[in-house]
Amino acid sequence: MCQAGDDTTDGPDHDDGHARLPDATPAFSALLEDSAEDLYEHAPCGYLSTLMDGTIAKVNATLLDWLGYRRDELVGRRRFSDLLTVGGRIYHETHIAPSLSMHGRIGGLALELRAADGSRLPVLMTSVVKTGVDGSAQLVRTTVFDARDRRAYERELLRARDQADLERDRAQKLASTLQRTLVPPILPTVAGMEVDAYYHPASNDEVGGDFYDLFPLADDTWGFFLGDVSGKGAAAAVVTSLTRYTLRAAAVSNPDPVAVLHILNTVLNHEYQGIDPRFCTVVYGLLTREDDGCTVALASGGHPPAALLRADGTAEFLHIPGGQLVGALPDAHFAGIEVRLRAGDALLLYSDGLTEARTGGRVRHSEEELLDFLDTVAPTTATALVEAVKGLLTSFGDGVDDDTALLALSIPSAGTTRR
Amino acid sequence: MGRVDVRSRNNVVVTGRDSGPVVLLAHGFGCDQNLWRLVAPVLAEQFRVVLFDHVGAGESDLSAWSPQRYATLDGYASDVLDICDELDLRDVVLVGHSVSAMIAVLAANRAPSRFAKLVLLTPSPCYLDDGDYRGGFSRSDIDELLDSLDSNYLGWAGAMAPVIMGNPERPELGAELTESFCRTDPAIARVFAKATFLSDNRDDLPGVSVPTLIIQCRQDAIAPPEVGRFVHEQIRGSELVTLDAIGHCPQLSAPASTAAAITAFASADAR
Repeated sequence: MCQAGDDTTDGPDHDDGHARLPDATPAFSALLEDSAEDLYEHAPCGYLSTLMDGTIAKVNATLLDWLGYRRDELVGRRRFSDLLTVGGRIYHETHIAPSLSMHGRIGGLALELRAADGSRLPVLMTSVVKTGVDGSAQLVRTTVFDARDRRAYERELLRARDQADLERDRAQKLASTLQRTLVPPILPTVAGMEVDAYYHPASNDEVGGDFYDLFPLADDTWGFFLGDVSGKGAAAAVVTSLTRYTLRAAAVSNPDPVAVLHILNTVLNHEYQGIDPRFCTVVYGLLTREDDGCTVALASGGHPPAALLRADGTAEFLHIPGGQLVGALPDAHFAGIEVRLRAGDALLLYSDGLTEARTGGRVRHSEEELLDFLDTVAPTTATALVEAVKGLLTSFGDGVDDDTALLALSIPSAGTTRR
Repeated sequence: MGRVDVRSRNNVVVTGRDSGPVVLLAHGFGCDQNLWRLVAPVLAEQFRVVLFDHVGAGESDLSAWSPQRYATLDGYASDVLDICDELDLRDVVLVGHSVSAMIAVLAANRAPSRFAKLVLLTPSPCYLDDGDYRGGFSRSDIDELLDSLDSNYLGWAGAMAPVIMGNPERPELGAELTESFCRTDPAIARVFAKATFLSDNRDDLPGVSVPTLIIQCRQDAIAPPEVGRFVHEQIRGSELVTLDAIGHCPQLSAPASTAAAITAFASADAR
């Protein structure tokens, strides 16, 4: 470090840096007994003292040499800010001067000084306010280090940061674009029913593994599903895409939801054999409209149970025991059930981002707690249900660390229905 | 959406005489409410003094910052009005330093009934030269400033990153927070710098209907005296005081005369 002062007292063992040199010969002592004046003038850094109004009061030969000025051109004639670029001057007025006034010192400043020939010298500076015996500020002492090499390096770091920012923006845009292709842009209108959906991505940087869809099959018949593929990112998106189109194609020719899941299982098994097994959990449903509501045939492959919120204000899970992961085993077993929805009933499909959210630290929001919550929400409509669960997710804050998908269907309650 | 907690968002601090007239102090680009620390105690003897940090500065709630809201001075003016609403401040003497002088003009023009008086401390309605108007700077000067902010990014990162990430197990960070005075996240500083130095509020000046005092310094590299005179000419009935002070922050370089000028104007009978 460059320090002003008179370190001229030199004993034989006072200075680690020189201790291993031959004993203090007269010639060597003479070398060390530089005058304080010479140490100041020809220090390997620039020295500058300014009055409190910025007027340059003293400057060492090193800095004069770097900047190409004569002493009489600066001392008493120029202010420190005159040596700065205009941008640096604004920075000085808005940041450096107030900081010096507050703390009496400021360090690590990266600025450019303007040399006499108009060229610019990148420097790192530290300034300290010298106070008089009465505590009042008298002048500012500044050390100036040539920072050309360092600044080139820092500029490279800044360039790399800007590049990284750009790449991240690009990756986020790609992820969100890809994500949008995995869920319907808007849900179709189902006559006599209310439908709503929501997708909460856990990350802006990566495509999530959750998916859902709702689509017409024939008059009064609709297919829908909601699921979660293993993993995240581009590889998961490929599986999601395959899963979604397989389900839609299989639904066209198969009225039995269990059979639809078997087809998906076979396709995933064929596609992802061996070292890169890929599987998913999914609830698939076939909805048939009736005069007084609808019948829903559901099949599940290892997915959290759908929830049914009745018009009478009760809520229950539709457990489908025995459904295994889809795509994990060649001869997986799937099971199905059938429920009827009547006026005022609502059905909710969701992914495990909801039931595995951390609430208040490390405790995970359980299925039981979800059911308690849904109990307080029932009876409700698809839109209100999705809103309520969104609110619940928001209340978890950072606790939601997985993607969460919601799909809700409801039959309007009597009086508001039957158009 | 929950209601915005304005007090913590803007780190609002109230001192002084409860029954006194309200003086609301708005800091400028670069630092935070600490800039008023030599002036506020003097004003506090007579006034109810309300201090705050602009969002992005000092100890404001950084999570409330957004590049959209704070890309224009209107966003900051909205915050000033939010603070007046939240604290139910009336007949406010609004003192705006530097860029906050124009933020104060915008706030007063939007809700003139809120404010008894305006004090514009080293104001500039437009920093860029434009035809006959001399703001003092060119676009490339401002780009240089943005470079300065970026160049000091590394120093900032070292000092501030641990503070912002939150490190309850490191109590010494309290000290670093004080050190962080005038050190702002460069991404935030860049947006504020652009809003500050690229805004043109010359057309807002004639709309000021509140009694206004302009305080400027004899010599100021950022807001030179002729710019102060321009503001004085544009605001009908305004008063102009030129302090025998140097620099852009007379509340630091000449705190006594700055406080005296504010006090005299704020306590005079409204005309």
